[in-house]
Amino acid sequence: MATKELAGKSVEFDEEGYMVDFKQWDEEIAGELAREEGIEELTERHFQVIRYMRSEYEKNGIAPSIRKLTKGSGVPTKELYQLFPGGPAKKAARIGGMPKPKGCV
Amino acid sequence: MGEKAIEKVSIIISKGSLEGVYPGLIMANGARMEGIQAMVFFTFFGLDALHKKKMNKLKVATVGNPAMGIPTIVGAIPGMSAFATMMMKKEMEKLDIPPVGEFLEMIHDAGGEIYGCKAAMDMFHYKREDLCDQVDGILTVGEFYEKSAGASIIFT
Repeated sequence: MATKELAGKSVEFDEEGYMVDFKQWDEEIAGELAREEGIEELTERHFQVIRYMRSEYEKNGIAPSIRKLTKGSGVPTKELYQLFPGGPAKKAARIGGMPKPKGCV
Repeated sequence: MGEKAIEKVSIIISKGSLEGVYPGLIMANGARMEGIQAMVFFTFFGLDALHKKKMNKLKVATVGNPAMGIPTIVGAIPGMSAFATMMMKKEMEKLDIPPVGEFLEMIHDAGGEIYGCKAAMDMFHYKREDLCDQVDGILTVGEFYEKSAGASIIFT
């Protein structure tokens, strides 16, 4: 567990760098986390994915699979990989203030 | 720690049963989800997973599969394989594992490459147009190794 200063707030992270408190998340924190992941600026499309993911997480307690993410967020697979290069499910979860996704698909 | 992370996998799918095809697909998709480059090479009966008319009709083998937990003679009863297939598909749907056709599309859209084996194509008299649109090409063994440069090769 580690605490980091992000966007003027002190934010807690687990061993793998994912936020511990889902509720502490805001769009400014997201922007900082995105830069850590090499995404310079979060667009409305990024937020469309993140918001859908957060609403699913809030409902079910787990982050959705890539398949569900595609179908539910309205962002096609190809674009998901362009928006979050190097692993959309993992990166969107981290930027969106959720724990690391546990599913295999 | 300090081990070099896997950057590229080259997965061979050589079996045409449902349980023969899915592990390779799941591993290929999982690789892309981790930002690992992935290519999948379908050979022998594995090629059926790319065949437009066969891909979504693959069956679980209920004979010669001791892990099924049923006697071989029971597994041989007509309809057993269809039943086991239906049950397995239901369980997979619960886990959000898509049908073969949709899975190939997902892997391809995720940047994974999909290839058929030249020898298997000739053996089964399949034509390029029998296969789904996601196929990036038909490769000889030599070309397969060439494209697999730098990859970990996984045979399933």
